[in-house]
Amino acid sequence: MNELAPYLILILVGFLPNELWRMLGLVLARGLNENSQIVLWSRAVATAILTGVVAKLIFFPPGDLASVPLGVRVGAAAVGFAAFLAAFLAVRRSVFVGVMAGEAILVGAGLFYGS
Amino acid sequence: MGTWSSVMRTYETNFVSFAAGVGSALTSVFVLVLAGTYIGIGALTHNLGLSPWWLAISTALIFAAPAQVILITALGAGSPLFEVAIAVTLSAIRLFPMVVALMPVLRGPKTRTRELVIPTHFTSVSMWVESLRILPSLPFARRVAFCNGLSVAYCGTAVVFGFVGSYLAAGLPALLSAALLFITPLSFLMSTARNARAAIDRLALVLGLLLAPLLTYFQIGLDLMWTGVIGGTLAYATHRLLGLRA
Repeated sequence: MNELAPYLILILVGFLPNELWRMLGLVLARGLNENSQIVLWSRAVATAILTGVVAKLIFFPPGDLASVPLGVRVGAAAVGFAAFLAAFLAVRRSVFVGVMAGEAILVGAGLFYGS
Repeated sequence: MGTWSSVMRTYETNFVSFAAGVGSALTSVFVLVLAGTYIGIGALTHNLGLSPWWLAISTALIFAAPAQVILITALGAGSPLFEVAIAVTLSAIRLFPMVVALMPVLRGPKTRTRELVIPTHFTSVSMWVESLRILPSLPFARRVAFCNGLSVAYCGTAVVFGFVGSYLAAGLPALLSAALLFITPLSFLMSTARNARAAIDRLALVLGLLLAPLLTYFQIGLDLMWTGVIGGTLAYATHRLLGLRA
């Protein structure tokens, strides 16, 4: 690949397929209700894809994350999520709390296993 | 909500309104979320051998963390470009209803459509949530400028922390670099869960978590597309059949 290839790929398979939906929203903004059936379905598809990406990053991780054992990655994500749920019910900054809890478990267990 | 619209904010010029948008963005909790997310993406970019400048341009052009993560990991794994484009576009469908919901808040009687192109381009969770919360308390003539201030500040934050993550990952020991890479799945999982208020969204969330590793394990092509289409459609069908609350 030459030097320009990553930028061409960025435009063609990153920017354009992503921007399409925003511009469609601008063009078609009149007449669609936030609770219409097509909007509900598209939100469900997008949600499943998002958590699909999450699961892939945990089960088939890139780079240095792969050196942490699978059990630790899954356990850390589960503890982080439990902390998020607890914080969600108590205070508002729940995402921050959950991320910090998951990170603490990952780093703590990583040190323990000496990865 | 009601307290915001009862206090009308008046800004003398569009520039003042823009600056107020920048200030409002930089003091919101989303700066922390974006910083964490883009440090993680920066680390990912570095790990997969892509330049931090490439990431900066992708942030300005795409400004959607899920699409960027899909693009970066797929390029790193050498997936076929057609599959990457499909996965990116499916992850971006959610932007469509967001833009549809934002436009009535931005469009005043004198607003021209071309003024709405920049807010449309930068529509993302952070900007969208803050726009819907704050814009109703502004006169229509100042809303686009304020919204552009939010957009520039959030996108600028993302670009800066992408560089930070990329350079940090280059110099850190493996365990800390792993911790940076772990920010993305954690923050995605929890911000998705926080936005999933209806049963259909929660069902889709769980189905996505289960389907993607299975499809990947069995090496089914277009795994993310099928995760979205199967998981989303199952969640939607269950919602229809059981008459769950939207």
